[in-house]
Formats: sequence, C-alpha cells, structure tokens
Amino acid sequence: MANAIEDDPRIIEFDVRTDEMLVNMGPQHPSTHGVLRLVLRTDGEIVSEVEPHIGYLHRCAEKIGENLTHRQWIPYTDRMDYLAAMNMNLGWSLAVEKLMKYEVSEKARHLRVLIAELGRIASHLVGMGAYGLDLGTFSPFLYAFREREKILDLFEEACGARLTYSYITIGGLTADLPPGWLQRCEAFLDQFEPIIQEYHTLLTTNAIFVKRTAGVGVLSRDMAIEYGCSGPVLRGSGVDQDLRRDGEAIYTAMYDGYAFEVAVQKDGHYPRDHEYPAVPAGTVLGDCWHRFFVRMLEVVQSMDLVRQSIDRYSACKGTIGEPLKLAEKMPAGDAYLETECPKGQMGFYLVSDGSAKPWRVRARSSSFSNLAVTPELCRGCLIADVPAVVGSLDIVMGEIDR
Amino acid sequence: MVDFLTSTIGLSGWLAWTLAATVSAVLILNVIAGGALVFIWAERKVSARIQDRLGPTRTGGRFGWLQSLADGIKLLAKEDLMPEGADGMLFRLAPYVSFCASFCAFIALPFAFDVVGQRLNVAVFFVVAVLGLEVFGVILAGYASASKWSLFGAMREAAQVVSYEVPLGMCVVVPVMLAGSMDMVTIAEKQAGWFWNWYVFHDPFTFVIFWVYVTCAVASVNRAPFDLAEAESELVAGFHTEYSGLRWSYFFMAEYGSMFLVSAMAAVLFLGGWNGPIPVATLLGFSEGTGDTAPYLIRLLGLANLVGKASLGVIIMMWIRWTLPRLRIDQVMTTCLKYCTPIAAVMFAGAMLWQIGLPGGLIPGAGRPGGEIREGWLEGPGGRAAAPPAADESRDVARVAP
Repeated sequence: MANAIEDDPRIIEFDVRTDEMLVNMGPQHPSTHGVLRLVLRTDGEIVSEVEPHIGYLHRCAEKIGENLTHRQWIPYTDRMDYLAAMNMNLGWSLAVEKLMKYEVSEKARHLRVLIAELGRIASHLVGMGAYGLDLGTFSPFLYAFREREKILDLFEEACGARLTYSYITIGGLTADLPPGWLQRCEAFLDQFEPIIQEYHTLLTTNAIFVKRTAGVGVLSRDMAIEYGCSGPVLRGSGVDQDLRRDGEAIYTAMYDGYAFEVAVQKDGHYPRDHEYPAVPAGTVLGDCWHRFFVRMLEVVQSMDLVRQSIDRYSACKGTIGEPLKLAEKMPAGDAYLETECPKGQMGFYLVSDGSAKPWRVRARSSSFSNLAVTPELCRGCLIADVPAVVGSLDIVMGEIDR
Repeated sequence: MVDFLTSTIGLSGWLAWTLAATVSAVLILNVIAGGALVFIWAERKVSARIQDRLGPTRTGGRFGWLQSLADGIKLLAKEDLMPEGADGMLFRLAPYVSFCASFCAFIALPFAFDVVGQRLNVAVFFVVAVLGLEVFGVILAGYASASKWSLFGAMREAAQVVSYEVPLGMCVVVPVMLAGSMDMVTIAEKQAGWFWNWYVFHDPFTFVIFWVYVTCAVASVNRAPFDLAEAESELVAGFHTEYSGLRWSYFFMAEYGSMFLVSAMAAVLFLGGWNGPIPVATLLGFSEGTGDTAPYLIRLLGLANLVGKASLGVIIMMWIRWTLPRLRIDQVMTTCLKYCTPIAAVMFAGAMLWQIGLPGGLIPGAGRPGGEIREGWLEGPGGRAAAPPAADESRDVARVAP
C-alpha cells in the first residue's frame, strides 16, 4: 500500500507519516446503494485502499430456481435488479426461449422492446438521481423520481405492479396493453423530453458537478475490458459494445429494424453530440463524468427506441399471443444468454434435464463485475470520491448478491 | 434600560444591570430559538417548493407552520442516547458550546437603532471572534462521539472554519475601514439614506468583497456547498452522527442561529443595516422629534428592514443548498486559499486606496461627505464613533434612518 500512496501525484507530504485508520463504509451507509460494505483504509482524508464486501443481500435465488418451474422463477429475477425488473424478466425469458428455440409473435416482440426501453429509462433515472445524491445535491434525485413515477404508473397500468412486475414472461408477456396506454406513454415522452435539459443544467454541466466528477475514478479502456465491465461503465471508457447490436441472434433479432446509435465516444465525439452540452474541459474518457453522461445519452436513445416501438407495435395486427404454461417440460440441454440491461450485460444460464424444472440456474451479474473495479479506481482518492466512484458505477446489490 | 431602572424605579446600580442583562439575554435567546423554528419550517417549505413537493401541510392548520414545534416536542421526548465509548462529559457539553457561541454573538448585533443587546465599540471583532468559537463545539462533538465518521466531520470543520476565518476577517475589515469604527451601530448609521449609500455600492472593491463575504459566510456556517462537516453521502451525518433528541436540536439551533447571524452581519456591514433602500421615514417626515410614537415607528421599521434582509440571506442560502452539489475538501480549501483570500486581500487594498483617492465615492455628493468619513477614520478606535452617542446626536442620525 505504501507504494500506492507514494505513486499518487496528489499526495505531496511523503515525509509526514500519519497513522492509518480502517473505516467501515456500510452496510448501513447513506451512499452505498443498499447493503454494500466498503472497508476503507484511510490516511486522513486520503483513501489508500478500498475493499468491497458483498453478500448482505444474498437470498439463494439460484438455488431456489432449481425447485421451481421456469416461469415460476420469473418473480425471483424481478428481485435481482429491482430498479430494472422488466429487463431482468426479459433476460431470463429469452434464455429459456433460446433453450426451447421459441419465437414470440411480432407484436409481443415490439411490446417487449417498448417495455424494456421504458425500464431502461426508469433505471437510468434512478442512477442519475442517486448519483446527484452521492455528490450532495438532493433536488435532482427528486426530479428524477418524479419522472420515474410516471413510468411506474404506466407499468402499473400494464401489469398491475410498480416494482416487481413479472410482466415479460416466457413465451411473450402476461397481458396486452390496456386501451389508451400508448397515448399516455407518448404524452409522457413528450413531457419528459424537454426536462432532460434541466438535468443537464443541474448536473452534467454544473461547475461543481464537473469538478467533482471530471478526472475522478478514471477507468481505462483496457482495465474495463480486463475486469469484464459492461454497460454504461464499459461504454464510458470508450469501448463500443452494446449487446442490443452485438449480442446473440435471439436478442438482436428483437431489435431488428430499430435504428439506434450506441452511446459511446468515438473519435472524441458522442453520437449526435451537437444536441447535447459540450464535454467540459478536464474530463478524461473513462472518468465518472463520462459514465454519467453515457447514461444520460442512453435515456434519450431509449426514448427514441420507445417511440419507434410504439409505431411498430400499433402497426401489428392480431394479439401478442399466449405465454407458456406455468409448468412446461423443456428440452434437455443448456443455454446461456446475455442481454443488455441498464446496468450492463446480465447473463442467465440454465441446464435442463428435460423436466419442467431447471436442473441448474445461474445468473451472471453485471454490477458484480462493475463493482470489482472499485478498489482500483479508489486507490489514492479522497473519501468524498468514494461515493462519487461507486455511484458512477451504478450498482444494485440485489443483482450482485442475488 | 439601565437608565430607566435606576432613575425611574430607583434600583441600585448592580441590580439594574443584572435585570437589564437578564431581560436582554432572554429576549435574544427567544429570538434565536423562535427564529430557528421559523427557519427550519421555512427550509422545509423552500426545499419542498424547489423539489416539486409540498412540504409540511397539516400540523398547525394551513402550511404546516407548527411542524417545527411538533418536531421540537418529539425531540424533547426522545430517548437520551449516548454511544458506549463516548466521553460522557464532553459529549454532553458539545452542543451547548456550539449553541452558546452562536447565541453570544447575537449580543452585539444591532436589530435597529438602539435595539441591540449590548452596544460594543468592537462589535464586529466580537461577533467574528465569538462565532469562530462555534467550531469548538463541533470538534468536541466529533471527538467525544467515539465514532470515526464524527471525527472526520470534526476535523473537516476545524480545517474549513479556521481557513475561512482569514478571508472572512479581511472582508469585514473593509466596512470597518470605511466607517472608521468597529461599532456595528455606527457602521449602519453611516449607510443611512438611499440605497446607494450602502457600502456594497460604495466602490467597485466593496462590491466584489461583498460577494467574497457571502462565499466565506456560507462556508463558515457550514452550509452547502461547503457542508462537509455533515456531508450526508460521505460521512453519514458527520459530527452529529451519534447525536439525537434535544442535544441534536441544539446543534441545529446553533446552525440556524449562525446562518441568521452572518446574514444579519452582511446586512449591517454592506447592505445598510436597518436602513431600507428608500428612506421611507425621512420622506414621510418622521424623526425622533415628531411626536411620541415616531421613535418607536422608526425602530420598528428598522427592525423589519434588518430582519427582512437577514431572512433574505438565509433563504438564499437555502436556495443554494437545494441546488448545488457539495464540493470536495480539497476544493473547499482551494476556494479559500487560492481564491477568497487573495481576492479579499486585493479588494481590501483597493478599498483602502479608494478611500484615499476618491473618499466620497464616484459621484460627489451622492455618498457621505468624504471628510467626515476620514475624520472618523483618523480618530481611530475608541474615538468619537466608539463613544456612546449623545442624546442630540442620536436624534440627528435617526432622522435619516429608514
């Protein structure tokens, strides 16, 4: 550790040796996003080492999955990334459908895109608002929640639940949309679009916000790839990877015909960056600011996708089709599928022995890999940077501990 | 009041002084306690409106104006908790040290002409010095709590407040220099008349230094974006992490008391004190001499002016708090040492040179005559300005009051 301190250019007083102090940040701490426990080794305000401890929210979801049928396990996926439960449902459903080589109806496909992208907006809103909270500003958090509530209202209308939906299910969706839903959804998008500029004013371009995030927690491109980071964390480091475009056929087929640009900086430019505030001076690709900005861009991108899916969904004739029965025998074999969830690439693995229950269920969490870079990013930073870095990774403990 | 007690009622000197002191102390205490209740309620309403909420709406009928009182009763009834490893005596002492510092500083604060706890010839110095003592309570609280987070908060506060005392001191010296007195009553008197007589508009240097004062004042009372000592997302609750119930509320009262105090200081030193922007009383023909009620009316008007200005300052602090993210400790120190201190020093020198070159201000005759200012200046501390005003002199001054 001594080397780490001496290598850090920000630490000037080499000749002053002070005592180190071990501090527990969490599991009960306002800014660790749930029950994450970080053990900080601090020297005054400087953090020389951060060690994340996980497992406080472990609920044996994977083991439980071996005793339930495939569809019965859907509610357990809700409780993984509880901020984007729709995307979790989708990931598991697609994994099972991959095993069965099942294809949902065209209408259900577009509805899934619509719901999944709305879920992404909701998740990024929480990530964005909570990040403001981590940096000490409370109001953007409530502004974000105000808009998220409207998305939850839409979800509630569609499936009856506001947090744990179990809406997208194996073989389609549990129900079709109620009448008038699409108009309400479009009204929400119209109302939400100008508000994004407010978020940019309050956070993205705010001088103090930029000071707190620019150049802090720089995750290099190579390190991001080595640690298996994914989602906005990976794209924030400049890696052009989005499973909606680069994923497996069964997943990319869902987005077939949809036009979107991956939110990543290429040649110093973000897609359509003339529409957004300029990247402030002092930021480095891969720092907290870029991770945050990628999320903001993805909100706009998802809104665009939602609009496209509304058009395609309403153009489809017929019904969304019936989902599979609660207990249906699966072909023997195994399947693994990763989908692009708001937090990153969430993978589901299942082994089937031909019965109605999976023989083995396994989930690969994106937040877990994203959290793993914390010790690297926080080495030698200040205490105030720890929430800034952890918040920019946008982790959800329910997904890490499962 | 002492004169009244000795001459009219015929009390002996020491008894009259004690009685007068008690009455003043109780009055000020109630002003702080009552003010804190009002400001806590106001903070809730202001923050709620900023965040698209309603805030308290029910307690006490409309607008929830009794909410703070209800909270006070709740805090009174709370269990008295103290951490096991805490240093009992210091832990109990700390809130009162903080509160007393805030309270004592009010003694020298003039609310209107002659409406002052104790007129001091070194009032400015006294207020700054006593307000600086507030940090001792915070350090004690952090040290005695036996909590690492509290200790971090206390150390931050110590570093921050001690640093910001330097530019704050330079800022308050400028009006002192212009008025030629440290007596706050005299300083306010010198700004009587129209608002262009206020020291903030005296010359460009005082205008700049007013904003430096605002920055330093916000930092010295630990309000956002400088609220590092109780940074929620980093240090749980900072120095008062382990406090609950009434002791915690004392810290709060001290905080709101200090907020009001630095705002009132700004009003007295830069914004004309109890003199309104328009000399209403003079225009209406009120003066000390006209009738029995006129002096009271003038004082009442002055009181409203000063409390209004100070409250405006407090509300602006709230507005800032609910809008901006928090700075990091190194940035707070940079702001102080690299920006506030040099700017304050240069502005101090500039204001001094201005006094020599253009003593009357830019527009001759618009401000106070230069000769008079320099006269008071040359007399130095303890000179005419510091002496208690003679009866006819006070009358002369009050004529140009609000």
